[in-house]
Amino acid sequence: MALNKSTSDSSKDPCGENNLKCNTLQINETKYKTVLSKKFLNRKKWEKPDTNKIYSFIPGTIIKINGKANKKVKEGEILLILEAMKMQNKILSPFNGEIKEIYVKVGDKIPKGQLMIEFKPPK
Amino acid sequence: MPLKRKILELKKKREEVLQGGGEKAIEKQISMGKLTARERIITLLDNDSFQEYDLFVEHEARDFDMDKKILHGDGVIIGTGTVYGSPVCVFAQDFTVAGGSLGLMHARKITKIMDHALKMRVPLIGINDSGGARIQEGVNSLAGYGEIFFRNTLNSGVIPQISVILGPCAGGAVYSPALTDFVFVVDKISKMFITGPEVIKTVLGEEISMEDLGGARVHSEITGNAHFFAESELECFDQIKKLMTFIPWNNKQKARAFKPKNPKSSFKIDEIVPGDPKLPYDVRNVVRAVVDESDFFEVQELWAQNIVIGFGRINGETVGFVCNQPLVLAGVLDVDSSNKAARFIRYCDAFNIPIVTLVDLPGYLPGVDQEHMGVIRHGAKILYAYSEATVPKITVIIRKAYGGGYIAMNSRHLRADFVFSWPGAEIAVMGPEGAANIIFRKEIMSAEDPEKMRRQKVKEYKQKFANPYVAAAKGYVDSVIEPSETRKVLMHAIEISNSKAVSGPNKKHGIPPF
Repeated sequence: MALNKSTSDSSKDPCGENNLKCNTLQINETKYKTVLSKKFLNRKKWEKPDTNKIYSFIPGTIIKINGKANKKVKEGEILLILEAMKMQNKILSPFNGEIKEIYVKVGDKIPKGQLMIEFKPPK
Repeated sequence: MPLKRKILELKKKREEVLQGGGEKAIEKQISMGKLTARERIITLLDNDSFQEYDLFVEHEARDFDMDKKILHGDGVIIGTGTVYGSPVCVFAQDFTVAGGSLGLMHARKITKIMDHALKMRVPLIGINDSGGARIQEGVNSLAGYGEIFFRNTLNSGVIPQISVILGPCAGGAVYSPALTDFVFVVDKISKMFITGPEVIKTVLGEEISMEDLGGARVHSEITGNAHFFAESELECFDQIKKLMTFIPWNNKQKARAFKPKNPKSSFKIDEIVPGDPKLPYDVRNVVRAVVDESDFFEVQELWAQNIVIGFGRINGETVGFVCNQPLVLAGVLDVDSSNKAARFIRYCDAFNIPIVTLVDLPGYLPGVDQEHMGVIRHGAKILYAYSEATVPKITVIIRKAYGGGYIAMNSRHLRADFVFSWPGAEIAVMGPEGAANIIFRKEIMSAEDPEKMRRQKVKEYKQKFANPYVAAAKGYVDSVIEPSETRKVLMHAIEISNSKAVSGPNKKHGIPPF
């Protein structure tokens, strides 16, 4: 979807009556003059997940870390333990690879979606 | 004179209980800008109409030295009264008594008045101002919540249930309001959340204020949990009273009819809607141009503003409006607006309120976030709600009605009783630009001047298909009307469908895409 700033040629903003500002919203092939809602403007852009990065799936506390940077790990190996909702969640290596960096340390309280470990891209 | 002494004794007892949590606690309540529970009830109800019950109820908790504590009324006030002469059942939690915490007897008082409301088939208004479960009473407190939730569900669709959040309402307590029809909140006073900022901080490391997490604005603009936002408690009570004039006492009755009055002449229906379907306008002005006294009472005004819902009167009778709003996001349907409209349609259907749908939308909002949020199943709720509704259903297509949006917005195919269309309507499978690009793709690509050819084909398509007459020729549109005839045809349609009776196949209940 293309989102362009309004390029209205008439000086009067057709949404202006309500102290709002018109923008352009394209639905299919047509561009409509309209006000964009706060929620719409703040929406998260979707990004293709980077499989080399491991994010926390739940907020919690790091209680154990097994690997370190430049260490080679096998698929299924425990990388770290994230305690959340009274459960010790084992974070396993999703594939055979080499750790690039670990971004958390033992005792860290982290939110959901925090980058914990990054792998080097496979050669 | 023993009786006289007994009366004095009663007076004394009453006075004691009426102090609630005592002077200090009341002072604190006032310093927070809040009314006391009893003041709230008296402000809401008609003068001298409040009759209180269970004034002398006492808690039975024995653990943790609770047996030494006196909690007046156990922290909640229940009773009956009238609003503009109509009977209501009310309860109000009293924050000055043990923080309005909910124990067994507190809950029993609430369920007593809920049962009464159901039995008498009158609306229930609950004022919430409570710190949550009374921890000292343990599982009894949980039982209390559960009994309330069950009754909220049982009463749902039989009597109107209204929740007013005038203080904290946290943890399990939020689910009673969530199960009721309309939730009222007041800026800086209402706070609703499942887990508070403290817990979120210790467990998750995220810092957020109570206001940003679950304040009145958040629930009015972002979550959609609240239906009415007020700046003050007094404004909030005025909103509740106004709502009560639009809705019936129960599902077997119709809302009270008022004396018919003409719309204000300042709303000129011919001048509101621009001819160019790409230009916005405020659809609420179209509603104001057709309802009595131009009085439109909007519901969820601040949330999912791309659809507008609310009540108005036509010829004195309550009507529910569902309208696409081209002013915001071009009036598209998306996850939030589908939820907003679908629930309101079901409300109107449950309480015998005819639905008028004003259509002007380009379709569903494109985007990965929408698809991944499940716009398919949320969007389906509108189809379900319209198809299921058996109250009079009247549609006016104002401008655009494209594709799935056309079907969803109470089309003939979902059993609209009447479908009217303004002459400028474009009822088609998609917008002219998109349609021409697909249908005439080859001709456009092979033309010497593709852009010129494209424009020509768009124009051709527009003339042939982007109008109300193709649909009218098939009988999908019943009448093409002048905008200025709208109020007249609505009045007629509502009058003529007054005794509408349809029934579907016998079933326990459907499986709506919740």
